[in-house]
Amino acid sequence: MATVEELKLRVQELENELLKCKLRQCSGSDGDDSHGHHRPRIEKMSAEVVDSNPYSRLMALKRMGIVEDYEKIRTYTVAVVGVGGVGSVTAEMLTRCGIGKLLLFDYDKVELANMNRLFFQPHQAGLSKVEAAEHTLRNINPDVVFETHNYNITTMDNFTHFMERISHGGLQEGSPVDLVLSCVDNFEARMAINAACNELGQIWMESGVSENAVSGHIQLIIPGETACFACAPPLVVAANIDEKTLKREGVCAASLPTTMGVVAGILVQNVLKYLLRFGTVSHYLGYNAMQDFFPSMSMKANPQCEDRYCRERQEEFRKKEVERPKQEVVEEEEQVVHEDNEWGIELVSEVTEEELRAASGPVPDLPEGITVAYTIPEERATRGPEEDTVPETEQSLEELMAQMRKM
Amino acid sequence: MADEATRKAVSEIPLLKTNSGPRDKELWVQRLKEEYLALIKYVENNKKADNDWFRLESNKEGTRWFGKCWYIHDLLKYEFDLEFDIPVTYPATAPEVAIPELDGKTAKMYRGGKICLTDHFKPLWARNVPKFGLAHLMALGLGPWLAVEVPDLIAKGLVQHKEQQSS
Ligand SMILES: [Zn+2]
Repeated sequence: MATVEELKLRVQELENELLKCKLRQCSGSDGDDSHGHHRPRIEKMSAEVVDSNPYSRLMALKRMGIVEDYEKIRTYTVAVVGVGGVGSVTAEMLTRCGIGKLLLFDYDKVELANMNRLFFQPHQAGLSKVEAAEHTLRNINPDVVFETHNYNITTMDNFTHFMERISHGGLQEGSPVDLVLSCVDNFEARMAINAACNELGQIWMESGVSENAVSGHIQLIIPGETACFACAPPLVVAANIDEKTLKREGVCAASLPTTMGVVAGILVQNVLKYLLRFGTVSHYLGYNAMQDFFPSMSMKANPQCEDRYCRERQEEFRKKEVERPKQEVVEEEEQVVHEDNEWGIELVSEVTEEELRAASGPVPDLPEGITVAYTIPEERATRGPEEDTVPETEQSLEELMAQMRKM
Repeated sequence: MADEATRKAVSEIPLLKTNSGPRDKELWVQRLKEEYLALIKYVENNKKADNDWFRLESNKEGTRWFGKCWYIHDLLKYEFDLEFDIPVTYPATAPEVAIPELDGKTAKMYRGGKICLTDHFKPLWARNVPKFGLAHLMALGLGPWLAVEVPDLIAKGLVQHKEQQSS
């Protein structure tokens, strides 16, 4: 005999199935106006101002001289990794702007706990985020080509496939995507995107919202040129909150639709400026919601970066720079140690003062309002030579596995 | 960071030498051997200290790990299945340990039952790449998490002692 809980779940499952059928029926009747809200695909963007033209206000950017060639947006492919609070809104904005192709990556399902964020709706609970997003986005703009992948990019097999799609998933099959956007919420996935993009020489933008929901940032990463995600410890926007009063008991993360919406907005703004070549493209733009402060900066790649491909890309970039005819002076770049950073959040992971000093590394000179999540001491291998490491062994891996299993 | 007992346990886990992840072919096998050596030593230490609390094993590629961990509370043993994948960027990033059966029961978890580690863990891990391995992850990540969360889950009645488990 099924419990009430089980029956509730079953009802939900069936409702989702029904929804999927309905959506399939709709998308199957492309161009059929019988539902009254499905427009046919538009072959060429028109600047004509009529109420039936979804692109008229965007094409007006051309007439006003802001953007030189707006239609070019239809030739671009963007991959959005993470279709959560930031990624879904990002994908919606790009869809409404008429991007050529979107690749969506996420392994998660829509949950009712996501409803404090934008985009997804309660009736989509239980569907995979990429599937639900594709349905909604295709409805909004059938001109966009969608490709979705419902998996975790950080595991071996998926990562290989992810790299393949980044390098071959462009609008013209076989060509790379134009831009990768990281809208993930964890360090592992950011590092995986970073590794892939360094290896492929793929330009990407990173975005993030802090776990306390009151700050965020976007960052443009051009492998070999600007700092990659592994070039420095994670950068954070200091929200100027006293860490002692920040209560972390009993919760992992907070989230606000406002902060996520703002970050998605500044991210897509940067994407449009980058792709359509207008305005100034930000290398790093922070958002401090507590003080309404937007620090910005630019950071060069670190020659000592731990990522081998980052260093390779830097080498290529240096060669290219040498060959390039000399023009303007390259501004900025300082790697000075900052003594006193009043915005800095010290994450005390050690017990005593000495331990803390020993475990702290140099803080890169960053503008007011931006700091690093933590520092790393310069010589990492300093616990003394008598440091206890694993012994050499004659045993094979299989033998060790068997030994562990028998314990 | 951690309490004295944890610090002592961690200091007795041998450190790893090979900076290699699952995308490197031969070096990864070397790293895996070191992982197993450190894990075996840690479990032996735990047994000696009468504080045996987990078992782990992996697929043959060493990319997917699973096992059991348990916690003794009021003389009763509470046991949980645990699992995690080795991320492609390991050891630069630690794996996310999951206890799927506790998903939704505590706020100190991300989706899929991935445990939410303290603010101290990430800097500590980053400062010790590549010397820290899975044994350190158990000692500094999962161990302290269980010690805080399990008594709380029991008190709230969200976790019950299962009869078939020996106490
Ligand atoms: Zn780098």
